[in-house]
Amino acid sequence: MAKVKGDVVIDIERCKGCEICNTACPNQVLSMSTQVNSKGYRFAIKVNADCIGCANCAIVCPDGVITVYKTKV
Amino acid sequence: MEQNFDLPEIHTPENLVYTKTKVLTDNVMHYCPGCGHGTTHRLVAEVIDEMGIQGQVIGVAPVGCSVLAYNYFDIDMQEAAHGRAPAVATGIKRVFPDKFVFTYQGDGDLAAIGTGETIHACNRGENITILFINNGIYGMTGGQMAPTTLPGMPTSTSPYGRDVKMMGNPLKITELVAMLPGTYFVTRQAVHTPALVRKAKKAIRMAFENQKLNRGVSFVEIVSNCNSGWKLPPVQAIKWLEENMLPFYPLGDIKVNGEMVSK
Repeated sequence: MAKVKGDVVIDIERCKGCEICNTACPNQVLSMSTQVNSKGYRFAIKVNADCIGCANCAIVCPDGVITVYKTKV
Repeated sequence: MEQNFDLPEIHTPENLVYTKTKVLTDNVMHYCPGCGHGTTHRLVAEVIDEMGIQGQVIGVAPVGCSVLAYNYFDIDMQEAAHGRAPAVATGIKRVFPDKFVFTYQGDGDLAAIGTGETIHACNRGENITILFINNGIYGMTGGQMAPTTLPGMPTSTSPYGRDVKMMGNPLKITELVAMLPGTYFVTRQAVHTPALVRKAKKAIRMAFENQKLNRGVSFVEIVSNCNSGWKLPPVQAIKWLEENMLPFYPLGDIKVNGEMVSK
């Protein structure tokens, strides 16, 4: 079976740190940063390389800050 | 310093799975973190994008948290007086019968001050789509009790919980409009998990497609969270929604193709 590799790009300036993407991710790829963006919100970051590009995080994100890419390797 | 897990080599257009639709503008939404309004806005924009009707759709914005909805949609929008969005949409649809007309309303707008307009527009069978965001509270004005507030639910005007004997029963307006002959499609959805977002998008798509048939009102209720009004962090608010809101407001289709769905 071909292995699927995904990646998410998070627009950290628009992220409001609601953490809904963290709970939606099946592989616990996302977590919250210890830093804050210019509005003072802790933004979502990737904490491992297990992303499969399922886009669950992106479709529950209320602010549409996540862009998802997926490829087979 | 946090470790970098970026894979910039796969960031190519052919690998793109998901990105924000162009029907939404690049303005940062004013909604609180985790609010279901943002997700619902995105779903409406995606449906408009997929149907390719960006130039033929006219939205009516309400009064409430989503009063500034016209800042976020790159379509023609009209602001209505508080609760009067279905009446305004009726006028727009009668002048432009070929356009897709929708209203986007909260529970304070649609189920409180605008109950008369909602029920009469649904009863007349106007060929419009009504999107109804139900979070059981007046979010914009500071979390006061709404007609849709659950029994026993504390709000800023019912700090000991809603007392049904004194304050009356919650209004299930979606079931109410399903009884009217003018509605063609009535459904209740939610947007707090990925599976429910996908289902809600299908329902919104169907509600817009129904306007081509000219059979009556399509009414979509979205049960949403109000983190600020409920005084909970977003993830706990979603848990509270699942435990308390969904048993009282069960999800699913209520009326499809003009026929009541038997339970």
